[in-house]
Amino acid sequence: MGRLMKYLKDYKKESVLAPLFKLLEAFFELLVPLVMASIIDRGIGSPETGSDMGHIGRMGACLLILAVVGLLSSVTAQFFAARAAVGFSTKLRQALFDHIQSLSFTNIDRVGTSTMITRMTSDINQVQSGVNMVLRLFLRSPVIVFGAMIMAFTIDVKSAFIFVVAIPLLTIVVIGVMAWTMPLYKKVQAGLDKVLGITRENLTGVRVIRAFHREAAEEREFRQHTEALARSQIFVGKISAIMNPFTYIIVNGAIIALIYTGALQVNVGSLTQGEVIAIINYMSQILVELVKLANLIVTITKALACADRVAGVFEIQNGEEAALLAGEDGREIQTAQSRQGGREQGVRGGIPFLAFDHVSFGYAGAGADTLHDLSFTVNKGETVGVIGGTGSGKSSLVNLIPGFYPVLKGVIRMEGKDLKTIPEEELRGRVGVVPQKAVLFKGTVRSNLQWGKPDATEEEMWQAIETAQAKDVVEGKEGRLEAKIAQGGKNLSGGQRQRLTIARALVRKPEILILDDSASALDYATDAKLRTALKNLEGNTTTFIVSQRASTVRHADKILVLDDGELAGVGTHDELLAGCAVYREIYFSQYPEERLKAAREQEGLQGPGTEEDKERQEEAENNGKEGAENGR
Amino acid sequence: MADKSKTDKKQGQMETLGKVLNYIRKYWFLVGLSLILAAVTVALTLYVPILTGDAVDLLLGKGSVDFDGVFRIMIKIGIAVLITALAQWVMNTCNNHITYHVVKDIREDAFHRLEELPLKYLDAHAYGDIVSRVVADVDTFADGLLMGFTQLFTGVLTIFGTLIFMLVTNVPIALVVVCITPVSFLVAKFIATRTFSMFKLQSETRGEQTALIEEMIGNQKIVKTFSREEAVKEQFREINGRLEKCSLKAIFFSSLTNPCTRFVNSLVYAGVGIFGAFVAIRGGISVGRLSCFLSYANQYTKPFNEISGVVTELQNALACAARIFELIDEQPQTPDGEDAKELTAARGNVKLENVYFSYVPEQKLIENFNLEVKPGQRVAIVGPTGCGKTTLINLLMRFYDVNSGRILVDGTDIRELTRGSLRTSYGMVLQETWLRAGTIRDNIRMGKPEAADEEVTAAAKSAHAHSFIKRLPKGYDTVITEDGGSLSQGQKQLLCIARVMLCLPPMLILDEATSSIDTRTELKIQNAFAAMMEGRTSFIVAHRLSTIQEADIILVMKDGNIIEQGSHESLLAKGGFYANLYYSQFAG
Repeated sequence: MGRLMKYLKDYKKESVLAPLFKLLEAFFELLVPLVMASIIDRGIGSPETGSDMGHIGRMGACLLILAVVGLLSSVTAQFFAARAAVGFSTKLRQALFDHIQSLSFTNIDRVGTSTMITRMTSDINQVQSGVNMVLRLFLRSPVIVFGAMIMAFTIDVKSAFIFVVAIPLLTIVVIGVMAWTMPLYKKVQAGLDKVLGITRENLTGVRVIRAFHREAAEEREFRQHTEALARSQIFVGKISAIMNPFTYIIVNGAIIALIYTGALQVNVGSLTQGEVIAIINYMSQILVELVKLANLIVTITKALACADRVAGVFEIQNGEEAALLAGEDGREIQTAQSRQGGREQGVRGGIPFLAFDHVSFGYAGAGADTLHDLSFTVNKGETVGVIGGTGSGKSSLVNLIPGFYPVLKGVIRMEGKDLKTIPEEELRGRVGVVPQKAVLFKGTVRSNLQWGKPDATEEEMWQAIETAQAKDVVEGKEGRLEAKIAQGGKNLSGGQRQRLTIARALVRKPEILILDDSASALDYATDAKLRTALKNLEGNTTTFIVSQRASTVRHADKILVLDDGELAGVGTHDELLAGCAVYREIYFSQYPEERLKAAREQEGLQGPGTEEDKERQEEAENNGKEGAENGR
Repeated sequence: MADKSKTDKKQGQMETLGKVLNYIRKYWFLVGLSLILAAVTVALTLYVPILTGDAVDLLLGKGSVDFDGVFRIMIKIGIAVLITALAQWVMNTCNNHITYHVVKDIREDAFHRLEELPLKYLDAHAYGDIVSRVVADVDTFADGLLMGFTQLFTGVLTIFGTLIFMLVTNVPIALVVVCITPVSFLVAKFIATRTFSMFKLQSETRGEQTALIEEMIGNQKIVKTFSREEAVKEQFREINGRLEKCSLKAIFFSSLTNPCTRFVNSLVYAGVGIFGAFVAIRGGISVGRLSCFLSYANQYTKPFNEISGVVTELQNALACAARIFELIDEQPQTPDGEDAKELTAARGNVKLENVYFSYVPEQKLIENFNLEVKPGQRVAIVGPTGCGKTTLINLLMRFYDVNSGRILVDGTDIRELTRGSLRTSYGMVLQETWLRAGTIRDNIRMGKPEAADEEVTAAAKSAHAHSFIKRLPKGYDTVITEDGGSLSQGQKQLLCIARVMLCLPPMLILDEATSSIDTRTELKIQNAFAAMMEGRTSFIVAHRLSTIQEADIILVMKDGNIIEQGSHESLLAKGGFYANLYYSQFAG
């Protein structure tokens, strides 16, 4: 809770004024019995003094004034409390959201989505009502409790000592119950997380669940979770329900004691009957306050537990900072290495646009390295194909280029500069990424394209759409650029989504374009047209194309072949076909008839020229066929 | 007009309340017990001050204290206090029990409905909003309900108890109290009706915010990729600002109830004081009795405070409950008919007759679709993206019902079959891989929870997933997060294939089942697929034409229609759309 308090800072005035007005109201409330006593003493009077009707009238007016003043201060208090609490939670929510936005990819992997969402929503709401309650009522209770004790002392010191014993006991009960239930409330909240998780799962996986006819099983599992949740809720409830009876016993025990000491002292004549009544009344007043407090305790312990969970998200940052610091240490070594590497490159002449220098990489918590000791260079404007088996590290490789994950060993340089020294913002601005998972956001086609470039002109958008082969998609939609896109792009097919995500990356005219297997949902014809369009892009875009299809990477200037995290080969299609076993296997698995041809060639005439000729011939043939369709 | 909407709103509230009561009815015994205990608690709490008063009456003055009497009363107080404490605790426990069970029941019903809702509904609603109903709204409802239980009973009973006492003591003064207090009810009601709509607005804005959180945090990586953090934060700030405004209104206005009713109480107190004083002067009531009256007047009005507080809390709870019931009352898919047949050991004859279908009436999609597939045949569906391939699968699996025409499996209209038996007769692998949080083993076992470990391993082996699973930290017991976490798209797809390999249903639907798998592995899987497809009717959607060549029937779809149909060779010979498509894959 402590670390969250800073969000209340801007509401200092409100957080002071709210309890202050509340106390004012309590003060006016405490005056009421005095006025009433005066009505009884002077107004009604005793047979000796006689009655005073005028005094009753005046005091009656006094009561009304007190009531009005009390109302005003109370309304003021409520207003400030509400403003402080709502303002606080608004700030907190924004800060938490901002913080989550700043988390690194590694941290995003580590923290689950559903728990983030509960923390952002229900946890913060609980904290909000906690703050509201504290400001409104929590401070009032201790003041009244101690006020009552002080009043008791002014009447009779001996009886007041019973207060001195009772109040610590009450404090122990209140604090004890709070301390006991707090961790339990955390457990309840964790149970709620589970319920949220399974609900989400059943929405995202509805097709699979229904296909396997698992509805009943899912319900059973859900029931287990809700039952566990209910159990822990009831358990906490039982414990916090102890509080009221205990305080009731303590206060009434104290009253019994007061009657006893009162009886003794009245018998001696050192106390009057009226004074005993007054002291007992003060004790009862404490009870009333504590009952109110008890109802609050639940809200407050819950709020504290939730505040802890919210603070937990803020803490993630510290771990990241530590990691960064460690990275800084490592950087020293790497720059030394890179300087050396740079010299080597310098000899060869010209700094390459992008250079991987003995790069290794592994995910946090994973056992083995995902990428191991990769070195290669890429020149500006080249098209680089990345091919390899499932899990060979293709995506991990391209994820390193925009700096999504830090490299473990080695260094990546862009125009000779270590990637780590380029500010994140700048780096990402130069790279356009089309992720594997085609996700669009709720809004319009236009608003989605603006993700790539916020100030993109209409013309730029259409250009990107055309290059991405999405023209027919957008033109087929009502409203074209203004066509509505549902959350996640659910109202589009997989292929349509993919093409729009490509357009999104293209709008910014990136220096480096990364297509992470992002044409998998496209048919061959569209895929081919897309590649041609990308090749003809203006400017000097360096393109990385990750794919499983040999046909997709085949015409790249350079193909990187990955095998189980290692670089199995670098070169053009022909070079690799001649010298890289892994590539050959991939290629022939997709073009079985080529294998036969190649085998035949090796048997017979052989010579690379023949093969190339054949290929060129075949290509021309195919282009002709496709040309008929494209009008290319 | 305004009146009408008001009464409508009120009616809606009553309806919601009725539904809540329906849920509570199941726990009538506990409710009864709680009521009785509340009565005991209230009676004793009212009795203790009387006892205390009696004791004080015995302390007449110096040397004239009746110690025996005082002791007797002290013991009585002690017993009463202990019983009260116990009753209070048991009552609270009962209330807890009722509340959390009702909440559990409601959540389970909501979830049950979720499992039954047609995909049409789920595809059209933001997940975040639905999740927030099932989780956050139910939670708020629980808070309100619990508060209602713990304070409403005792409050009402305290009012009646003190009322009876006051009437017994002095009727005219009691009437003063009775006449003024309803004002506090009116005030509370006025505020409550005003705030209901504010709470609803708050709840709606919150739902909107949750949807945004869900969308942006769920796709955090893409947000970061495009450096859109600032824009997204701005978007959040806008909703957050609106939420602040409507929350402030809702919270402030609802918190007015307390001060206002307290003000009315002060009026009551003043009224009793002044009126009582005049009565006392005329000798109508003793001073002692008057002060007793005053303290009871306080006791009488205090519960009004609490009740009005509870009422606003309940308003809030009802607004939330209304949103949950909206979900629960949503029209579920038409249930399986009474006489619906179980499809067992399907032979795999699938026939589509004059099928018409579209998602929205204005946009025609599939029109007059006819197809007959003989048992064991392989049907490949190709066509440009968005041509209706996935829609066809939606229809075959009966995720959506046809608009007209019919689909028959083994000669029976699929609407006359139970959904479960129809769907489990198909093995489905979708392009969009979906895995659940849990172990790898549980994920593979999804369709056949009783499968032995060896079966799981065998399935994984035939899907060529075994080798990568073995390399994971804990092998088959590795826990993956929802959405597969660190697994690659291809690995996820292999798991999805293993999931189907384990069940071996009589018919197969492979929607781009190998799109994320490298071709070397795919080649191996193809063999496993081929073995699996042997004798099974299969529907294959693929872009990779190498996968399709061996199909018995190739359907070429465009804009929801079949434009070509035939075998690979015959279609190539025809030189139409398919031939174009086929040759284009070799183009650069």
